[in-house]
Amino acid sequence: MVVEALIKIVIVLLTVLTAVSYLVLLERWISAWLQDRIGPNRTGPLGLFQPLADVLKLLLKEDIEPSQSEKWIHWLAPVISITVAFSVLAIIPFGSAIILSGKSYSLAIASNVNIGVLYIIALTSVGVYGITLAGWSSGSKYSLLGGLRSSAQMISYELTLGLGLVSVVMLCGTLDLGGIIQSQIAGGWNIIRAPLGFMLFLISSFAETNRQPFDLPEAEPELVGGYHTEYSSMKFALFFLAEYANMITASAVMSVLFLGGWHVPFLNTLGMDPSLLAVLGILAFGLKIFAFIFFFMWVRWSIPRFRYDQLMNLGWKVLLPLGIINIVITALEKTYLLH
Amino acid sequence: MLTNYIPLALMMMVAIGFGVIMANLSKWIGPRKPSREKLSVYESGMVPIGTTHERVSVKYYIVAMLFIIFDIEIVFLYPWAVTFDKIGAFALGEMFLFIGLLFIGYIYVVKKGALEWD
Amino acid sequence: MVTRKSAVPSALMLIVTFCFLAALYLTLNAQFLAVVQVAVYAGAIMVLVVFVIMLLNIRNEQYTITGNWKTVVGILGVLGILAQIISVFIAATDTLPKHLSESAVQLGTVESVGTKLYTSYAFPFEMASIILIAAAVGAIVLAKKKLT
Repeated sequence: MVVEALIKIVIVLLTVLTAVSYLVLLERWISAWLQDRIGPNRTGPLGLFQPLADVLKLLLKEDIEPSQSEKWIHWLAPVISITVAFSVLAIIPFGSAIILSGKSYSLAIASNVNIGVLYIIALTSVGVYGITLAGWSSGSKYSLLGGLRSSAQMISYELTLGLGLVSVVMLCGTLDLGGIIQSQIAGGWNIIRAPLGFMLFLISSFAETNRQPFDLPEAEPELVGGYHTEYSSMKFALFFLAEYANMITASAVMSVLFLGGWHVPFLNTLGMDPSLLAVLGILAFGLKIFAFIFFFMWVRWSIPRFRYDQLMNLGWKVLLPLGIINIVITALEKTYLLH
Repeated sequence: MLTNYIPLALMMMVAIGFGVIMANLSKWIGPRKPSREKLSVYESGMVPIGTTHERVSVKYYIVAMLFIIFDIEIVFLYPWAVTFDKIGAFALGEMFLFIGLLFIGYIYVVKKGALEWD
Repeated sequence: MVTRKSAVPSALMLIVTFCFLAALYLTLNAQFLAVVQVAVYAGAIMVLVVFVIMLLNIRNEQYTITGNWKTVVGILGVLGILAQIISVFIAATDTLPKHLSESAVQLGTVESVGTKLYTSYAFPFEMASIILIAAAVGAIVLAKKKLT
């Protein structure tokens, strides 16, 4: 079991790392496309070796520890960020269980974890420290302000994230991600059953991953680099990696919770071979994740950044009451409509 | 039961190991030419003024405090949501009372202007 | 025994302690409690603590941490307790039950917490909301000088 888990971990991490390096390239292409530029095209054919060049450059940079920083915590902060970003991946089911030579293998690193959704919530709440500590330990005013703003933003939107999740748990009656997918196969995708919950979860995912229009912590015109102003080389790369890994996990979690994970409607009525169905399921899941990621990038290059008071007002005065109303709506819907 | 959690622990350990190695990698293979100017903190190219750790606004404290309160509310919602089908109408009314009471608290907080960022 | 001069690393140590406490709950099959321990204690209350440390601008303590003998005594004490725990476990291996009973395993799941909390303990649950409101009022009275 340990060996099986380790193999899955290595496969998932390698996939995510490759995906991240090409997502960076993709984001540069998309931004170029949206702004009518050409984008990176010099490194290798079509610029495909660009990620390799980026990683090499970051690796060979000097590791600068500012003299006023708290060295130990300055080092720890990116490690916390990347640990949290990767750990969420452990419970995501990437496909239905496949049967190889009579033995069933689940396509999640940890399956049948009956606190599933709560594990995501717990990790998200710990993830705040990476950014808070990075801001505090750098010894720079920009970093401190960026870190503080960012952590206040993240905890505010965590509430909305949690409220959006509660409606999913109410509809499915389970916390296990595999169970949530099964419930959606039986009763329809949650995006139809809880559209408001989906909107809330989507918006707070943007805030939790610090993506535009919620990237206040690194608002360049006022805060330089925000919490990672004083970071260089691989430690900076870890924050960068964590941001993109968070984007992947957020997309995967949203696909599982609201878009039925690896489920494709009406596909099982065609009478296909089960193994082919499983492969198509994995592909469908990848496609859903990719659609969300494209949406993340599209929004980034289309919508301007919020002002900080607008951001806090949106979180506390609009989304939080909406989340509570959403719970009431879902409760009534479940009691009167779905019975 | 508990064996289901072993892969989670493994994943965390692998992630921590990855982070630790990566955070040290540049230190091991990168160049190292420190100078006083390079190691001073960035302040738009000027010589840094004063200390960094000034006292910050009390609003962050209010946000963190309110976050704890509503986070506990949401934690109470999960067991209710999981057992929604089994515990029936009584629990539904009970939860509406709970949410209603906290909503009164929320209205108080908003009316007192604790969430204004001016 | 004080080993850190700065308050933030101490708060970090407390977060780590809470995470390991959650792991202890997990070994007792109390999954819900374990997750709540991380989400509420390590993820919410400690954020407040870290904010307050930044808010008050607590500087590093000026004294030098002396007294290596304290560290030595502390480590020896920890090792002694560890040795005692291990020896108790080795001595009691035969008498300990091999598996938890089914009802004990079910006790800590989110489902059983839910069914108990919203039926038998409805009144304390409603009281919790009153206490939370009191906390919200208290925080605002403390933090806002001018109440508009």
